Amino acid sequence: MAHETAHTERPEPADTGGGKADAAVVRDALGVGVAVGLSGFAFGVTSAGAGLTLLQTCVTSLLIFTGASQFALVGALAAGGNPFTAAAGAFFLGVRNAFYGLRLSQLLALRRPVRPVAAQWVIDETTAVALAQPDRRSARLGFTVTGATLYVLWNVTTLLGALGAEAIGDTDAWGLDAAGPAVFLALLAPMLRGTVERAVAVVAVVLGLGLLPVLPAGVPVLVAGLAAPLVLYVQGRRGARRGAAPPAAGSRGAVDDEAAVGSGGADETGAGRGEERE
Amino acid sequence: MNVWIAIGLTAVGCYAVKLAGLLVPGAVLERPLVRRLAALLPVALLAALTAQQTFGDGRELVLDARVLGVGAAGVALLLRAPFLVVVGVAVAVTAGVRALA
Repeated sequence: MAHETAHTERPEPADTGGGKADAAVVRDALGVGVAVGLSGFAFGVTSAGAGLTLLQTCVTSLLIFTGASQFALVGALAAGGNPFTAAAGAFFLGVRNAFYGLRLSQLLALRRPVRPVAAQWVIDETTAVALAQPDRRSARLGFTVTGATLYVLWNVTTLLGALGAEAIGDTDAWGLDAAGPAVFLALLAPMLRGTVERAVAVVAVVLGLGLLPVLPAGVPVLVAGLAAPLVLYVQGRRGARRGAAPPAAGSRGAVDDEAAVGSGGADETGAGRGEERE
Repeated sequence: MNVWIAIGLTAVGCYAVKLAGLLVPGAVLERPLVRRLAALLPVALLAALTAQQTFGDGRELVLDARVLGVGAAGVALLLRAPFLVVVGVAVAVTAGVRALA
């Protein structure tokens, strides 16, 4: 799904103080839902190009429904990874949704029976829209409208993209094998705002490329994930040596926590919205 | 069959973490180090995936038209192009280079 919603201009933030007109919330939610939902095309095309059948592609969007994980999954399968390493890479990319759920459960105060249903929609975009609202009523409305719009569109465009890819045959000749890495780059770009994030990215690239020829397909990505704790550890050691509070868990952490949900950890929505909320 | 296994595992895992966030008591996930790691993990995975799918061909590293396509996507990102435009640029440039080569 698309990071670019980050830059979608939103109407004036509710400056009425208390509530926000339902129409304004719905408009925001539809804007994000439509823009991102359309990028299901890219997934459908990539998945078909990776060799998944039409049914497999559609089931992936229906049941997994979190963009980066879906792209990672079909990419790993296309590269010949075994199902377990492919699923593991996709799963680790989806872990951030747990942190979104945590924020949302406090914000939306959903009744227990509703939670298993709402859970499938706990993704970057719905979280960003819900957190940007001034009150619970608007947040619930924004979450629901964004979730519904995105779910329907993402699945319809997945189907259309897969059908289109099957119709044109050799997807590589059309450059469609570049869609996957372009999607990842677009998701990654808004996260690279800090030195730590950039360091993690560089280490991960080195590990991911360096290990590609020597480890089984799908495994190098998982090892590259270790760049995150590795860089945090080094950063913590440096902080400790200077006698300052360890940045990973200390003062720095408190600042970054807010950004983590909105931007640092965001699959697509982060940049603009993270700041709005603070 | 392998594909279905992978889809099934990923679907169950991804749904489980989504639901866990809504059900688990906040204190477990609210520790700063845990949150920091969770924010950085996607950075590492996405960076590695971008690099591998740009330069990887099976278990070999190659330079081909994709590099120019993804490079063009990077330029589009710097120009703050919308998501679909970024992906479209990558596809178009890659296809164009292959057609000319």
